[in-house]
Amino acid sequence: MRLAISLLTVLAIASVIGTVLKQNEPYSNYVIQFGQFWFQVFEFLGLYDVYHSGWFLAILAFLILSTGMCIFRNTPLMLREMRSFREHATEISLRAFSHQAEFASHVPPDALQNRLSQYLQGQGFHARIGAPSGSGDILVAAKTGSYHRLGYVLTHAAIVIICLGGLIDGNLPLKVEQLIGWKKIETRDLPLGEIPAASRLSPANLSFRGGVTIPEGSSADVVFLNIADGYLVQDLPFDITLKKFRIEHYPTGQPKSFESDITITDKTTHETLSQTIRVNHPLIYKGIAIYQASFGDGGTRLTMNGWNLFSPSSQPFTMHGVVKQASQLSNGNATYSVEFTEFRKFNIENFASENGDMASGWQNLLKYLKTGSAKSTKKDLRNVGPSFQYKIRDAQGQAREYFNYMLPILLDDRWYLLSGMREAPNEPFRYVRFPLDGQNRIDGFMRLRAMLMDKQAHPEIAHQFADFALQGERISASMKDKLVASTVKVLDIFAAGGYDALAKFIEKSVPSAEQEKAAQTYLKVLESAAVSAWRITQAKAGQPAVMDDNTLRFVRDSLNTTSDLFSYGAPAYLQLSQFDEVLASGLQLTRSPGKNIVYGGSALLVLGVFFMFYVRERRIWLLVKRQAGTVLFAMSTNRKTMDFEKEFARHKEQLARLLKE
Amino acid sequence: MELTQNYGARPAFLKTLSWFDWLYALILAGGALYAFNLYGHDMDGYEKGILLLSCAGLIGQGWVWKPFRALVLVVATLSLFGISQYHGQLARAEQAFFLKFFFGSQTAIMWMSALFVIATGGYWLALLSRSDFAARVSSAITWSAVTMGLVGLMTRWYESYLISPDVGHIPLSNLYEVFILFSILTALLYLFYELRYQNRQMGAFVLLVISAAVGFLLWYTFGRQANEIQPLVPALQSYWMKIHVPANFIGYGAFALAAAVGAAYLLVNKGILASRLPTVEMLDDLMYKSIAIGFAFFTIATILGAMWAAEAWGGYWSWDPKETWALIVWLNYAAWLHLRLVKGLRGPLLAWWALIGLFVTAFAFLGVNMFLSGLHSYGTL
Ligand code: HEM
Repeated sequence: MRLAISLLTVLAIASVIGTVLKQNEPYSNYVIQFGQFWFQVFEFLGLYDVYHSGWFLAILAFLILSTGMCIFRNTPLMLREMRSFREHATEISLRAFSHQAEFASHVPPDALQNRLSQYLQGQGFHARIGAPSGSGDILVAAKTGSYHRLGYVLTHAAIVIICLGGLIDGNLPLKVEQLIGWKKIETRDLPLGEIPAASRLSPANLSFRGGVTIPEGSSADVVFLNIADGYLVQDLPFDITLKKFRIEHYPTGQPKSFESDITITDKTTHETLSQTIRVNHPLIYKGIAIYQASFGDGGTRLTMNGWNLFSPSSQPFTMHGVVKQASQLSNGNATYSVEFTEFRKFNIENFASENGDMASGWQNLLKYLKTGSAKSTKKDLRNVGPSFQYKIRDAQGQAREYFNYMLPILLDDRWYLLSGMREAPNEPFRYVRFPLDGQNRIDGFMRLRAMLMDKQAHPEIAHQFADFALQGERISASMKDKLVASTVKVLDIFAAGGYDALAKFIEKSVPSAEQEKAAQTYLKVLESAAVSAWRITQAKAGQPAVMDDNTLRFVRDSLNTTSDLFSYGAPAYLQLSQFDEVLASGLQLTRSPGKNIVYGGSALLVLGVFFMFYVRERRIWLLVKRQAGTVLFAMSTNRKTMDFEKEFARHKEQLARLLKE
Repeated sequence: MELTQNYGARPAFLKTLSWFDWLYALILAGGALYAFNLYGHDMDGYEKGILLLSCAGLIGQGWVWKPFRALVLVVATLSLFGISQYHGQLARAEQAFFLKFFFGSQTAIMWMSALFVIATGGYWLALLSRSDFAARVSSAITWSAVTMGLVGLMTRWYESYLISPDVGHIPLSNLYEVFILFSILTALLYLFYELRYQNRQMGAFVLLVISAAVGFLLWYTFGRQANEIQPLVPALQSYWMKIHVPANFIGYGAFALAAAVGAAYLLVNKGILASRLPTVEMLDDLMYKSIAIGFAFFTIATILGAMWAAEAWGGYWSWDPKETWALIVWLNYAAWLHLRLVKGLRGPLLAWWALIGLFVTAFAFLGVNMFLSGLHSYGTL
């Protein structure tokens, strides 16, 4: 019995391990987390898949065995107990009971026998008459609640049954095959056709659970079983074609339903079956259940305007890409690979500031007490439209990651196109804002930037600026030349490295006491020159150039963005112009013949638990002693509770009255 | 025949029922029928089955535990009255007098919280001053708290449909909602035993656990705005939620009750408050009974959870942290029951075990969401 308690405790503690350590992650994650040494120790201990490790299965096996033994030993005894009335109990044994009483009685014993049996039956007991050998005494033995004992048999049998069912569905047979060497886990990333037979499982496989991702319009006839750091391929007896995958949303933008329209084609009978599966609504075909598990991109086709950033031009080029594939981007001497990683059709962003600390909670409570309304934070959820993500990798293999929204976003009352950049996957994106021109296009900015970055154009800008600045003032030509020269200089420095370069230049060439003043002057010159540049570009593009606050902000934004782009690192900004979304559905397929065994066992378990707790076994013996003219009353139960004490007292009192009459 | 009647033979159960029992059953059956007519075409077979079984369950529970009848009728009346005040507009929750101050889901839940805290104080007062009157009043306040909590859940259910019919769902879908359920069920289990044992002294301990839950609820509401009704993620859109979650929380509630009793047991055993609290025999008995109920329901809940998982994720057991912790809780109480039933052990060890069991249970219920990741979507904190 100690064994049972220890086993239950050990199993509980062993189970904890697998919940603390994330299971079945890619092995590389564990190496990063623990370092090489501990990684190997933990791998040896099987901690990455605790519930299928040898030692865990051994505990389970031991549990099954010991519970089985326990049932085997106890059941015959229990069943005998259940049936027996123990009508041959001796007076000595009855007197040893903790709950007993003796009454005097003048009723003739034979009449008494009937009366007592009747009484017991009225109380819900089954009675039987026995006669202790030798004497003329009569023993009325009664019992009720015998099913209590069945509870023990049912619960313990149920546990064995459930565990066995679970083992059938677990990968136990597969583990054995692996040990023998019949099956080998594949760790390489191979095309399906090249996967060796030792890593493939036939459709006859008794039980499996695996997943497959199918893009819209494609089909699959295998699933992948992820095991340890590799996988096995399970061949299916049918083809699954994904016709369409859908996501439906609530008005708030949260996903409401994931659905796949699939068609199954049986490989042997060639019959087809079309159905829509959803989360919580699987399709079961020939014992194989097909579930909606996840979704992803199946190769969305993207069309983009590319804006060359290294040799700026006011005209974009067109570029095409497919999600999960790479395209080439070349600008004369260098070639880059652009790996498109993700496309999202919706992006729901919360534009309200978060507050969730204790202090605001307290204020909310006070506010609630005053106004009766707890709605304090307004969520400002907005759909900001599609986005896509890609990596640009140079010839050395260095990559940066970009995240671009397709549509402009309103920030501080103005519209911008946002592009995020990061150098490592664990960093957050830093965003560059491209300001939009009077026609809500990026072109105005790109034209202005192209001119600002073009050294050949700087004298033209400077002249226009000088003419404009000195309008009406009579000064010498040499003064004007000086202004033009210094403007060109500022523009050149800015074109070489943005504000950073300007700051460095001032630091180097101006005495520190005058740096601040110089910086202000330079900025003013830069801004004004940029306004002139903007006029020129607008005129060249045949666009109006009205000077107002809006324009000024646009020019300032353009200067900021131009400066930011020095750390953007990409040869081009890719502006999404069109997309043709192709989704992929992640399906999970299982065959689990053990399921019904487990369910059957579960039903027995519930039944057994109720028998055990809510059916109370009680026995009463009434020994009518002829000679002494007394009745000995004894009562027993196998679970002493307070209810039993009460019941004993009640019977004692009632029997006393019954026997007095 | 005469004999059996004179000597307390138990008459057939149905014969013990009063006219009020039958009226109660009739009203409930009528209500179920009405709901069936009104919403039947929107329900699938399982939901119809759940409606019928809930109706039968409520009738049965009322027949066995008489005060339950009044609770059901009062909650139904107040909820229907509350719902009638919305005129189909969610905004009226903060405008209509009765909704704003009493029955709107948010307000009713605040009433529940306040009443539970008051009842806790009352029970302690009663315990320390040995006042039977204070204890009776505290009982009544606890009943009112349960009533308001249930009304709050009912109007919340209705409000979710006012947001949009496809958002509507039974309010058992996130940590906020199940905490309300937990408080109510723990209180109900306690009230049941209060009557059964004719003893109100345990309230001080049980209500302390409920007050802790209420404290969490308030923080969650005002610190995190968890009270907002959220639409259901696809995995939760299933009739299974309606049976799996309540079964689980009857289990959690019963384990919490057992832990409170265990704490009292330990005090009495040390002679602290011993003259004011029930005897160790009674506490031991109550502790066993609530763990037995809890174990039975937790067993059912875990099995139902496995069946749901089989339908939603494709496997009845995935060793997901929530599942695994449910198993750990189950094993823990199985070990407790073995100690008591098989070894016949009584005494402080079991009381400690029941008390510590609450922390294991609380981890399965809260800790898993806070510290571990998995498939269960019952919101992180
Ligand atoms: C549903 C959960 C369980 C309940 C309610 C339960 C209950 C019981 C009860 C009442 C007995 C004593 C029978 C008697 O003598 O009257 C018992 C004995 C026993 N149980 Fe369990 N049990 C459960 C699960 C388990 C599990 C999981 C194991 C596996 C380790 C186990 C192993 C044993 C063993 C070894 C005995 C002693 C048999 C003997 O040698 O006499 N039980 N159990």
